[in-house]
Amino acid sequence: MFQFDFDIIFKTLPYLLREGMVFTLTLTALAAFGGLVLGTLLALMRLSTLPGLALFATGYVNLMRSLPLVLVIFWFYFLVPYIGQVILRTERPVEVGAFASALITFTLFEAAYFSEIMRAGIQSVPKGQLSAGYALGLTYRQVMGYVVVPQALRNMLPVILTQTVVLFQDTSLVYVISITDFLGAASKVAQRDGRLIEMYLFAALVYFLISFLASLLVKRLQARTAIIR
Amino acid sequence: MSASATPMIEMAAVSKWYSPQFQVLKDCTTSVDRGEVVVVCGPSGSGKSTLIKCVNALEPFQAGTIRVDGINLSDPGTNLPKLRARIGMVFQHFELFPHLKITENLCLAQEKVLGRSREEAMAKGRALLDRVGLAAHAEKFPGQLSGGQQQRVAIARALAMDPIAMLFDEPTSALDPEMITEVLDVMVELAREGMTMMVVTHEMGFARKVAHRVIFMDQGEIIEDRSKDEFFGSPRSDRAQLFLSKILSH
Repeated sequence: MFQFDFDIIFKTLPYLLREGMVFTLTLTALAAFGGLVLGTLLALMRLSTLPGLALFATGYVNLMRSLPLVLVIFWFYFLVPYIGQVILRTERPVEVGAFASALITFTLFEAAYFSEIMRAGIQSVPKGQLSAGYALGLTYRQVMGYVVVPQALRNMLPVILTQTVVLFQDTSLVYVISITDFLGAASKVAQRDGRLIEMYLFAALVYFLISFLASLLVKRLQARTAIIR
Repeated sequence: MSASATPMIEMAAVSKWYSPQFQVLKDCTTSVDRGEVVVVCGPSGSGKSTLIKCVNALEPFQAGTIRVDGINLSDPGTNLPKLRARIGMVFQHFELFPHLKITENLCLAQEKVLGRSREEAMAKGRALLDRVGLAAHAEKFPGQLSGGQQQRVAIARALAMDPIAMLFDEPTSALDPEMITEVLDVMVELAREGMTMMVVTHEMGFARKVAHRVIFMDQGEIIEDRSKDEFFGSPRSDRAQLFLSKILSH
């Protein structure tokens, strides 16, 4: 008869949190922020009247959205050092480090998804708002920066946060390049002590709780940040 | 020619096509002098809103020239944002920025375009808000105001830029009847102070009270362009007569 030993969770909790959860949350926050900034720029490029910019952004978004995330993680991890070597003309492949590599990958990957969200958000702002901005003498940049993008962000905040929750779960894929995130840390303990069921149950519970609480938060925010029209 | 002798707004043979088959503006020629109030009216779809939006280049046009204060809009050297900053515009749907407070709506362009300090912009904004009778609402968001109040804020926002002329694109069409007067009162006051105004409206009472000239448009053409008294007097085109009889019958 199998004996559960949930003590293992309490004994390894400091390690799980300090080594694992801190990494997971840091990667999620940085990639979400970077992805949102880059995604907004991509969305503006896609909606631009300059055909070159629009084509580049469309191509980028479609490419990223057509590839499995695991593949992109691998790809960047193994190729970025060589790309760096070519660009910087160094003798050896540039050492990027697993964290930097993961951060770059997730930022670039999420940017494609955030750009679609922001594109919808920008298009949700009535055209009259742009006219009003231009009529006051604002330039394109100012109209976008002060009038359109702030409204787009607010309109899309629930979707942006939901996408961030998905990103939070996806960061567990960094195990493929041997980074210890929360799931990786739980997995290490599980295999070392032969406590697979307990540890994976616990990991599932933690992911569920955080994601579920975040989605509750989204609902609350949605009510609070809605612009009165 | 000195600057004051040239008209504030000069349009010569302005034409615009949405597609090769559909021409929205046909050879429109007119002008608005300094201090003059010109009302543009006509049936819906006659191109009057399009015409007024061409004046500050919010709508591109394909033929003809428009000069504002002597500056040719189509000249590639013309700094459009800079020119637009000097022309106030009021829209049918107010277009206040809903994510900004009333004071921020009033300050944004003053600070970002004219480079005024926050204090200066705020003082100007509050003075204008007071003038349109809305000083008590300074810290609210646009959505918390009624339509008439929002439109008065929109007028104050345009005036904060110290415009040389004001364009009104159907400023009362989206308002409930009881709110129309409060907006028209502000506009009448502005006209009496000598502001150069081009106003697209169906409010013939406003035209009678303060307009110097009335332009009547139909199907993209300027059919009549006369002094107010002539326009409301006897000789006029059939189309203008029909239009007036329709909107004045009630």
